[in-house]
Amino acid sequence: MNLVIKKRLNDISWAAVRGVLIIGLCFLIVYPLFIKFATTLMTEKDIFDRTVRWVPRNFSISRVANHYLEVAQNMNYLRASLNSLLFSLAISVCQLISCTVIGYGFGRFDFKGKGILFGLVIFTLVVPPQMIAIPLFLNFRYFDLYGLLPGDGFNLIGTFWPFLLTALTGTGSRNGLFIYIARQHFRGMPRALEESAYIDGAGQLRTFFTIMLPGAIPIMVVIFLFSFVWQWNDIFFTSVFMRGGMPLLPFSLQHLTGQYHWSISEEFKTIVNNTGMILFIIPLLLIYVFLQRYFIESIERTGIVG
Amino acid sequence: MKKNFFKLSLKQKQNYAGYLWISPFIIGFIFFFLAPMIQSFLFSVSELKFTPDGYELNFVGMQNFVYAVTVDPNFNQYFTETILGVLVNIPAVIMFSFFVASLLNQKFKGRTVARIIFFLPVILTAGVLHQLEVEDLMHLTMQDEGSVMLSAAMVRDFLLDMSLPQVLIDYVILAAGNIPQLIEYSAIPILIFLAGLQSIPSHLYECATIEGATGWETFWKITFPLVSPLFLTNIIFIIVYSFTAPGNTLVDYIYSLTWGRGIFGVSVAMSLMYFLAISIILVVVGLIVERNVFYME
Repeated sequence: MNLVIKKRLNDISWAAVRGVLIIGLCFLIVYPLFIKFATTLMTEKDIFDRTVRWVPRNFSISRVANHYLEVAQNMNYLRASLNSLLFSLAISVCQLISCTVIGYGFGRFDFKGKGILFGLVIFTLVVPPQMIAIPLFLNFRYFDLYGLLPGDGFNLIGTFWPFLLTALTGTGSRNGLFIYIARQHFRGMPRALEESAYIDGAGQLRTFFTIMLPGAIPIMVVIFLFSFVWQWNDIFFTSVFMRGGMPLLPFSLQHLTGQYHWSISEEFKTIVNNTGMILFIIPLLLIYVFLQRYFIESIERTGIVG
Repeated sequence: MKKNFFKLSLKQKQNYAGYLWISPFIIGFIFFFLAPMIQSFLFSVSELKFTPDGYELNFVGMQNFVYAVTVDPNFNQYFTETILGVLVNIPAVIMFSFFVASLLNQKFKGRTVARIIFFLPVILTAGVLHQLEVEDLMHLTMQDEGSVMLSAAMVRDFLLDMSLPQVLIDYVILAAGNIPQLIEYSAIPILIFLAGLQSIPSHLYECATIEGATGWETFWKITFPLVSPLFLTNIIFIIVYSFTAPGNTLVDYIYSLTWGRGIFGVSVAMSLMYFLAISIILVVVGLIVERNVFYME
């Protein structure tokens, strides 16, 4: 057979196989989301009905809209999501600043003990947060920095402070990963850039802000996205350090069915919970859609691996 | 030996500034990491009591550890289950994510859309969602369908007829029944692999094509060795991630002991043992993989 034709056939058949695989896998990922959404449109009867799959039998837009409004009210949605937004935004901006600065230090300077110190960064990733949560809780409950601050110690539980303090010092949840990403990026920048800035008389701070930071924006978007999303989703640290603090969205989702009468059926609970989950996910999806361009680009350009 | 600071070269002075840049981390590490770690060691060998103006510790020796292993009804079972579960997951997640990353690395129409969808699980892994899904009727029926569809005896018999080893078949079917979890765990490894694949210089592939290498050879001689350091990164990531991921049985159990029933000493002892187990697994796996990894430098 002609070689060219053979190659062409090969290419086409591979493209077909690849298409099927990718579409199938994408479907598997999106499927649970679709199911969740479809469930929110149903009534209790539809859940029993095995013939109902996607579109419920008694569908009416006004009923669904009412249902969504009711659930949003029971979640205290507006208030809780604004709280969560403010909270996650504040924490993730702090984490972004501290991790970029620390990553810059690890990526551009050769000082003694750098290897060991960077090993410690990775070490913070490996230790399960459950292990240090109790001592941390007690420290923030009776906060005096191990006797360094005067007085009997402040109660910081239920405020932003535990999160801000750990975020600003690069020891918040999974911050080791962000430091790692930033370091890999700064390590890959050419030395000449920096040297020419120094020769032109720029100080270290100026070099950092005018030369290094602009190039690091895509990587900063990645760090911000991860940090924001994980903060938004987190219930471990928030439930420990925010006890009695302001209502956040994950909590109101967690206690959503508690807002209803105790006698509601399992089917109704399912519908309510699914609606809550969709409402919980929507802000994340919006942010992801806005930032995905930078996100995907930055993987293509510099890559996390560097 | 001590040099006068003013006699150092500009380069050396600048390198000292490195300490300044990373100083936030040093402070944070000491106060919010090292100190709590030491405290948690102390807590694990004592009994914690709250007093009106703080808390006090009474030394009780190894009692907490003994309690966790011999008296507590669930710890041993959850402990072994969790660790075995993670070990079983590693190869499946690694193979799956490498495969998907290679797919996404090729040029085809709609590649951007496919990538957006594949990274979606990164933003959808929330502890609350896991908690609610446990009692969700629709989710339960969905899982049923999945296992019925994939563990069908027919597929198994078919694979057995091909005289493949039974262990392998059981493993594949187990992994296939677990695809939703597999996808969730794979999102970040896919990202890391993809970044690695993109950083391979294209002239290597050109060279190989000119020399007449087939796709199969190119894969094993160029792609695989150059990406192999990332296998280490990813394996470590998966171990760490799945040991602390929301929905992990043991982690949830320890949490309920601490904040639900207020048993502090025992739960710290449990997390300490858990941490030791993770560390041992990390070191062993890390050493094994490290030996077979190829570095270009």
